[in-house]
Amino acid sequence: MRPQLSHLRALESEAIHVMREVAAEFERPVLLFSGGKDSIVLLRLAEKAFRPAPFPFPLMHVDTGHNFPEVIEFRDRRVEELGERLIVASVQESIDSGRAVEETGPRASRNRLQTVTLLDAIAEHGFDAAFGGARRDEERARAKERVFSFRDDFGQWDPKNQRPELWNLYNGRIRKGENVRVFPLSNWTELDVWEYIDQEQLEVPSIYFAHERKVFSRDGMLYAWRPGTELIDGEEVFDDTVRYRTVGDMSCTGGVRSEASTLAEVVLEIAATRVTERGETRADDKVTEAAMEDRKKAGYF
Amino acid sequence: MTLDLLRFTTAGSVDDGKSTLIGRLLYDAEQVYEDQLEHVAQASQRRGGEGALDLALLTDGLRAEREQGITIDVAYRYFATAKRRFIIADCPGHQQYTRNMVTGASTADVAVVLIDARRGVLEQSKRHAFISALLGIPEMVVAINKMDLVDHSQARFEELVEEFEGFAAKLNGHGRAITYIPMSALNGDNVVERSPRMQWYDGPVLLELLEEVEVAYDHPYDKPARFPVQWVIRPASGTLTGDYRAYAGQLASGALRRGDEVAVLPSGGRTRVAAIDTYDGELEEAMAPMSFALRLEDELDVSRGELICHPDESPTVTRELEADVCWMAQEPMRPGGRYLIKHTSRNATAVVDRIGEVVDVHTLERDAPPAELQLNDIARVRLRTSAPLVLDPYTSNRRTGSFILIDEASNGTVGAGMITEAI
Repeated sequence: MRPQLSHLRALESEAIHVMREVAAEFERPVLLFSGGKDSIVLLRLAEKAFRPAPFPFPLMHVDTGHNFPEVIEFRDRRVEELGERLIVASVQESIDSGRAVEETGPRASRNRLQTVTLLDAIAEHGFDAAFGGARRDEERARAKERVFSFRDDFGQWDPKNQRPELWNLYNGRIRKGENVRVFPLSNWTELDVWEYIDQEQLEVPSIYFAHERKVFSRDGMLYAWRPGTELIDGEEVFDDTVRYRTVGDMSCTGGVRSEASTLAEVVLEIAATRVTERGETRADDKVTEAAMEDRKKAGYF
Repeated sequence: MTLDLLRFTTAGSVDDGKSTLIGRLLYDAEQVYEDQLEHVAQASQRRGGEGALDLALLTDGLRAEREQGITIDVAYRYFATAKRRFIIADCPGHQQYTRNMVTGASTADVAVVLIDARRGVLEQSKRHAFISALLGIPEMVVAINKMDLVDHSQARFEELVEEFEGFAAKLNGHGRAITYIPMSALNGDNVVERSPRMQWYDGPVLLELLEEVEVAYDHPYDKPARFPVQWVIRPASGTLTGDYRAYAGQLASGALRRGDEVAVLPSGGRTRVAAIDTYDGELEEAMAPMSFALRLEDELDVSRGELICHPDESPTVTRELEADVCWMAQEPMRPGGRYLIKHTSRNATAVVDRIGEVVDVHTLERDAPPAELQLNDIARVRLRTSAPLVLDPYTSNRRTGSFILIDEASNGTVGAGMITEAI
């Protein structure tokens, strides 16, 4: 039997190739690191692509101020271990400076406001390419997106007029003010990501594993309760054992009931799941039939 | 060899039942999640369906696609069975979106071409088959769909097979067998489950074929090594690893071993592989499509765009080449036109010396050279480049035989080229 690359090694190699192309062809790339599982994988891929040299780009987190504290703690620790530079772009500052207006009411979310902060930070630092951890299996608009996703000088995605993208030849040519969002994990599935984290024995924030916390139930999802959470009539706070499949804002990311407390158990749980990760945990996608498409057109990842 | 990860394309319009076919494949293979199913059920109801799930809605991605019932751009879908993992590139079939079909086809291992059993071999199916062959997709499956509407007739099936074979005989690289499967995606016949209504058919059902097909790829051991340098890893001097210098890239084909004698092209230097480095440690041997970094025994001037190979299996170094070019821009290609050419990790300027015969997708005949190349035309084009390219014919190497053309004013990707020969 002649040797053959496993599917995870093939996906890894494809992603490393994409990262090196970006490093070689752009002047000011940046890697978006949220502390979530997908961007944790991106960091490992960057190590594989560029070590023993430092990364040829900084890391950036668009911080909504509503993140899980466990994730922020992990983010800072991981950046320190890597010895790389982290830029924190703050949604709170965008609100304070009047660039963004906070939603109000019990369903208020800072999800949409992130776009303002992201676009401002891209402009401020002059970034011409930004790596994101988005995957095509996440959502039907993302299923359509190129690995190199061209954005005009308003950050907009034009899904009906994407650049053809053949073989592994990526066209990163842009004018000043435009940028390219780059998705090295385009062809990975949620299960691939977890299997890779397990294979590489990567640390992830503790909220990805089963833990007890105070939650309340809304629209069929379990949200984390924290002091100051506005409840709607009839909603009650109770203790439950949950874990998170995605790491977003506390305000719009639901937990799932789970007993999975190790990487191997998480892999098994994901392999057996019958609900998509965004369907199970993200309120932001449930607004309309094309919620993600609309946000992307406006400059979101 | 059996791939662990298989990429296949489908193309056509909703009318051909393509979306229904993919929906059926995912649904019967139990790869549809509950929330997606709920979404389809709601959308089916809104569209006035009477209780039946419209599986085509599973694949509609963009708002405009749902509104118009057509596919505009490639959607990628992922599923797995116990045997393999699959990536579906679900491509548009309409001529105006050919460039998007080409995008999906460029990386596929298998093409699933759809034919509507009532309507016969239409233009979209021919275009998909032609582009699949042109782009060197190793395997082709022709799904003759809507058999329920022709009484599951074996005679009709054989008539269509014969008609398609007549067309396929003229396809690029013909000679490999095409598998024909009679099916009804709507009823689930011969997609995942064998049809009780077509017992005269004893070939594989679609999923079975996709799980078992041995893609006619050469093993890396059977191909010459091609290593385009993407990036030089060189930590700042004065640090612990200050003397380190390695050439990073993804092996496009073949295999390399430590100690191998290698040539660096186009500069022409010769040296040996001192080490094959990865983050996980040094390797004795690397094979395509691995990404790694090479250290060389001698100090040569190697930068991005150079290609490392075995000296006795060199590709061609040339500034003149001929290629089949698929034109993807509104603005036509004209003789004398200048474009940026991107080939492996190398960029140069290319000038169009001559536009040759153009292919008629209906007849597969090559027609007289046109004055200029229009959107979606495919023609044999002769190019001259500002710097030498290190290349192979596309038929022997998809990676070192392909390029894209970029318009320097608009920055758009305007052409896709498959090299036929160096001149």
